[in-house]
Amino acid sequence: MDQATQVIWDGIFVGSFYALIALGYSMVYGIIKLLNFAHGDIYMVGAFIGYTILTSLGGNFQTMGLFALIVVMMISMLLTGTVGLVVEKLAYRPLRGAPRLAVLITAVGASFALEYGVAAIASPNPRGFPVRLDGDFVLVLGARVTIPQVILILIAGVLMFALDTYIRRTSTGRAMRAISLDMKGSLLMGVNVNSVISRTFFIGSALAGAAGVMAGAYYGKIDFLMGFIIGLKAFTAAVIGGIGNIRGAMLGGLVLGLVESVGSQLVGGQWRDAFAFAVLILFLTLRPTGILGERVTERV
Amino acid sequence: MAMLEFENVDVFYGKVQALRGLSLRVDEGEIVALLGNNGAGKTTTLSTASALMNPHAGSVTFDGVDISKAKPWEMVAAGLIHVPEGRRIFSTLSVHENLLLGGYLVKDRAKIAERMKHVYELLPLLQERRAQQGGTLSGGEQQMLAIGRALIAGPKMLMLDEPSMGLAPLIVAQVMRVISDIREQGTTVLLVEQNARAALRVTDRAYVIEEGATTLEGKAADMIADPRIIDAYLGA
Repeated sequence: MDQATQVIWDGIFVGSFYALIALGYSMVYGIIKLLNFAHGDIYMVGAFIGYTILTSLGGNFQTMGLFALIVVMMISMLLTGTVGLVVEKLAYRPLRGAPRLAVLITAVGASFALEYGVAAIASPNPRGFPVRLDGDFVLVLGARVTIPQVILILIAGVLMFALDTYIRRTSTGRAMRAISLDMKGSLLMGVNVNSVISRTFFIGSALAGAAGVMAGAYYGKIDFLMGFIIGLKAFTAAVIGGIGNIRGAMLGGLVLGLVESVGSQLVGGQWRDAFAFAVLILFLTLRPTGILGERVTERV
Repeated sequence: MAMLEFENVDVFYGKVQALRGLSLRVDEGEIVALLGNNGAGKTTTLSTASALMNPHAGSVTFDGVDISKAKPWEMVAAGLIHVPEGRRIFSTLSVHENLLLGGYLVKDRAKIAERMKHVYELLPLLQERRAQQGGTLSGGEQQMLAIGRALIAGPKMLMLDEPSMGLAPLIVAQVMRVISDIREQGTTVLLVEQNARAALRVTDRAYVIEEGATTLEGKAADMIADPRIIDAYLGA
């Protein structure tokens, strides 16, 4: 019993990271049907931006604690969002209307550019994150739950709730949903499609940036390739939930986290990634629209 | 005064020329029909006016302003609203949300509320279905929604592309009545139709487009009796 709750808790914790990153994947796919393979690297850039801010401020952050980390995280979100916006403008916008394969290859190129750009600027060696969130744990139903874990999950939850509300309730959110259904129709409503797409990239990248800072503070170590595997995992999460679907991305992240956690408990941690990608293959063959995939009812 | 004016306009899709020196004008307060066969250039004409496409040569003006390099959202802001072929209802958005999108550029919430009320009065069936997904409406209801959505934008001029397409005759009559009502309230209308008979009944003037240029122009009342029109578009 104790072990079971521990496995579930670990799954939820990792899943909330996946969910934050999967959101950006899914938003961008929803709006311009692009699998943005550079998205995992945006997460890495976020971690490095957070690292740079923290080290340039100097001082002892262990005493400044959580509040300082949250401020740094918000600044990192703004900067990471801007990086995403620039990538869209330089790499993807000139190819609007080009065949999708061309844009996909460009995304792979953007991914390499970000990875090795950071390696060139910050050196390829791993860095120790200046703030660590490794506090005491409490036992909840037999699971070891650390305070930082709870805080990180809460932050992720707040961000996701805010995004969901933004997309459902605001005029820009409505325009995003409209573009994902019909870009030409949205133009005729007076939607400046370019600026809404830019905003989508900004928000998605900012969320990945938040996840990057959180991961740095939790795991304590960052490097320029840290976004590769987690990008693929986030893609898997987005597919599980139904790519293009915002709530699906959140759900998919949690499901993937749980599957990995349960799987590595059953047959060993070295099978963790195998479990994740087996789930991806299963979904792609059996239910490519994902758990919450679009069910469009249409009459003509 | 000319509200919308095309002079010798050429438009290309890649290498294919769709409009060849097309000229037409729609005056303020008029309701004008654009008739022609499939592929004649009717939809291209509307797309050029709403800046989905920009002309290769010639001049297009709306309200006295050159729009040959405009962006679609600038045209919506200027008050030229295009109700496209196939209606383009956002299928998974609710009827109410579809209407709200029509007012995307209207910043004044009171204005949106007032127009929303007006649209729900003009088209009461939309009010009944306001929470339903747009894609679940019937063809006629979707057409009404597309028109209602355009009205929320507060158009100076409305362009409708084949509003009768795929609708039963009774529904076509309803749609045409709504279009006449809109015109009565002072909105200029350009109506593209293959159903020439229905269109000529509600319009003041009409143009015939063939192979990307206007070939005939006249009062709707004269056109409906013109043997060339009868042969080509009204059937024997």
